[in-house]
Amino acid sequence: MNFLGSIGISEAVIQFMLVNAILGLSIYVTLYTGMFTLANAGFMAIGAYTGVLLTQQLDWPLWAGVIGGMVAAGVIAVPIGLPVLRLRDIYLAIATIGFGEVVRIVLLNFDQIVSSLIELTTGERTRFALVNGARGIRGIPKLTETWHLVFFVLLLAYVLYRLHRSRLGRAMAAIRQDELAAANMGIDVVYVKNVVFVLGAMIAGAAGVFSGHLTRIITPDAYGFSQAVDILAFAVLGGTSTLVGPIVGGMVLGALPEVLRFMQQYRGLFNGLVLLLFIVYLPGGLINPAGWSSLWRQARRERSSQGETLPEAS
Amino acid sequence: MLELKNVSRNFGGLQALSNVNMVVPKGRVVGLIGPNGAGKTTLINNISGLDHPNSGAILFEGVDLCKAPPHVVTRAGIARTYQNIRLFGEMTVLENLLIGQHGRGRATVFEALAYLPRYRREEAALRERARTLLERFQLERFAHMRASALPYGDQRRLEMARALATGPKLLLLDEPTAGMNPAETSALGEQVLRLRDEGMTILVIEHDMSLIRQVCDEIYVLNFGQIIAHGDPDEISHNPLVIEAYLGEEDDGAA
Amino acid sequence: MDSGQQFLQQLINALSLGTIYSLFALGYALVFSVLGVLNLAHSAIFTAGAVIGLLLMRYVNASAPVAFLGAMIGAGLLGIILEWIAFRPLRKRGAPRISQLISSIGAAILIVNGFQLLFQSLFGRTEEYFPRGIVAEQPILIGSLSIQPIRLIILVVSLALMLLLQFLVRRTKVGMAMRSVAFNQRTSSLLGVNVNWVFMLTFFLAGALGGAGGLLYGLSFSRVTPFMGQDIALIGLTAIVLGGMGSIQGAVLGGFLVAIFQTFSIALGGSSYRDAFVFIILFLILLVRPQGLLGQPEQNRA
Ligand SMILES: Nc1ncnc2c1ncn2[C@@H]1O[C@H](COP(=O)(O)OP(=O)(O)OP(=O)(O)O)[C@@H](O)[C@H]1O
Ligand SMILES: [Mg+2]
Repeated sequence: MNFLGSIGISEAVIQFMLVNAILGLSIYVTLYTGMFTLANAGFMAIGAYTGVLLTQQLDWPLWAGVIGGMVAAGVIAVPIGLPVLRLRDIYLAIATIGFGEVVRIVLLNFDQIVSSLIELTTGERTRFALVNGARGIRGIPKLTETWHLVFFVLLLAYVLYRLHRSRLGRAMAAIRQDELAAANMGIDVVYVKNVVFVLGAMIAGAAGVFSGHLTRIITPDAYGFSQAVDILAFAVLGGTSTLVGPIVGGMVLGALPEVLRFMQQYRGLFNGLVLLLFIVYLPGGLINPAGWSSLWRQARRERSSQGETLPEAS
Repeated sequence: MLELKNVSRNFGGLQALSNVNMVVPKGRVVGLIGPNGAGKTTLINNISGLDHPNSGAILFEGVDLCKAPPHVVTRAGIARTYQNIRLFGEMTVLENLLIGQHGRGRATVFEALAYLPRYRREEAALRERARTLLERFQLERFAHMRASALPYGDQRRLEMARALATGPKLLLLDEPTAGMNPAETSALGEQVLRLRDEGMTILVIEHDMSLIRQVCDEIYVLNFGQIIAHGDPDEISHNPLVIEAYLGEEDDGAA
Repeated sequence: MDSGQQFLQQLINALSLGTIYSLFALGYALVFSVLGVLNLAHSAIFTAGAVIGLLLMRYVNASAPVAFLGAMIGAGLLGIILEWIAFRPLRKRGAPRISQLISSIGAAILIVNGFQLLFQSLFGRTEEYFPRGIVAEQPILIGSLSIQPIRLIILVVSLALMLLLQFLVRRTKVGMAMRSVAFNQRTSSLLGVNVNWVFMLTFFLAGALGGAGGLLYGLSFSRVTPFMGQDIALIGLTAIVLGGMGSIQGAVLGGFLVAIFQTFSIALGGSSYRDAFVFIILFLILLVRPQGLLGQPEQNRA
């Protein structure tokens, strides 16, 4: 802890890093299934608002808020996923970007919408105030502790580890590699995709609840497109060939601006660079055992057998 | 077992299948031949649910499957291979065979997450079956290799093993010997016959006439989306319509 | 003013906004039709047009037409640079098109943050206004309609650019090459078309159009911010999805439709739902008719 502190990593930073790890896993499950969605910032917002309202207005404990946030995000993911997941790559990306924006706009106008609904049904003019539009919710109790986050990340990692070794997990990988062939193996592709979409939404929702109880202020604009891109950057930096990748990616991107103080001003620049450079030059990300070992083998072969190139099926 | 009634499919003006009638009886090996672009693959796609006919009926054991999605078709007992190999290349050979058994598992996600006995028993059983298939197709030594790293002929055999892993009653093979040498081709023919002797029903598309003669009990000939002939191998090879359809394409595909 | 005139006034506003949307969406559509990829950095190029125009007016006292040309060329060159660093390496490797989408997001963030730093160091804040008097401000009166001159300028200039593009694509050798590459890249290169050159040209044209749109947009609010592209990014996407991805006419049609829809939804429901309406259209179109109004459906083959 002392060493970490000396390089700028305080407990608050560690908590922030762990939230990033959860977010990284939320996009990992969909990417692992071959779905490129940018909806997770929206689900994070839904989770955050639900969880915070539960703890703040109803005095529920944090874990109940987390479950509430996960359920809310998951429930909303069902009617979104059913139609949207019929779309593929670019179209799916666009639709989910649109979804994120809709969430943001709804949150901005939520009080107003509810007020007019009340007026429509009862005829009474009221000024409903719950989420306060762009000003957001303030004074949230700081309920999230480091051990909550550590526990949640470990639990999630265990669940995903087991999932990979289950029928559902194998079906996810099969869909990523060849959707039609997967269907011909007896896999209900639509069902699996929707289950995974909901799972990703719930994980993002949990991250939202935890982070809301850390930052203590939540505003709709914190969950816009740039948050969606940050989440994507965690997965791209860490790589998605193992579940360790997005965890590492999220934590590294959370820590770097703190470690390299001078970088803080350039955080945005840095995220952009990470996306660009990693996709172009290191598409497997940092944690990519297969990719690294083949690089290693290649390097060794080049050294040991010069001029003698054996063709290898790839 | 499988019966096609007036199946038609057109792609924006191109009539890929028109009024195809066809019967694949239980326990038989039926060949489907025809020149390039005749509509053979389209027919298999329609049976396997990747594509759906514009009109007509596809009856499998009396049930109409013409609107069924692919996983329903597979679970009903129809499996297929592809003309262009479509293995899960990033997975190991063994994993490919586990995926093939997807529809046969019963353990729930929760049993898997909690690592409960039923899940463990089932996994062991799936692996056991996969091993049997590996042996049958002499792929044991590749079990833990990435499917995409396999030699071409072995990939074709793995595809067939994977189709069998789904536990089908009817097997659709789309040019299973494309790119194989004569020795591999005749070995594959042996496999097909062995499967038939075990009670499997098979519909096989092939350009290689020697394989067709080796395995087929009867043959349908497709040209421009229409069935132009049906009969046993001898009848077909003497049918003037068939000879005409193949004119100029005689040696096609039979490398 | 009676309601008929109010309608006309609104319509003119919608049309001038629509031409900007169309110019912008054309950039997406050009790149998508020729390369089959979605360039999400296009919104940053839009911003670049406005920024370059502003800087030219500010620091070299360029007149409006000169600044406009400069902005188009500068934004076009930025497009070419993007093609080099964010698209070409991935294309060479045969990476999936989602990778190119991600790299373009990265490039967009890089550019926007670069502008933010630039603004902070030049102006000490993240917005800046055009020098006064760059375009006439006296409203033009037609009957009882009063029209801002900038709106007319936008309309005329944008329509002229669109016609020019149409001519270029339909009537010139270069346009032929672009269309043939869009139709089939492999065959075109076998026929001796220099595919890489066509890609560069496409990015240049897309960038120039986007840059023009950005500068006009900035002028119409007389303000530039590093983030102005973000407002319009999704609007442009909606326009091309609505018109049909990769269809040039579709992009223009989509741009106008979105603007008309926006303008009248403000009149009906208030401005806070303006964008929500746009995204609902986006959603509906994607779900009901993903190929858009003028596009062809995609088929998958086994
Ligand atoms: N998805 C599709 N969309 C449009 N046309 C298609 C589609 N699939 C197949 N076709 C067309 O239908 C016709 C039949 O194709 P099919 O692949 O079934 O032929 P085939 O008999 O399998 O030929 P081969 O021996 O070359 O495999 C061809 O003209 C082909 O171009
Ligand atoms: Mg075929």
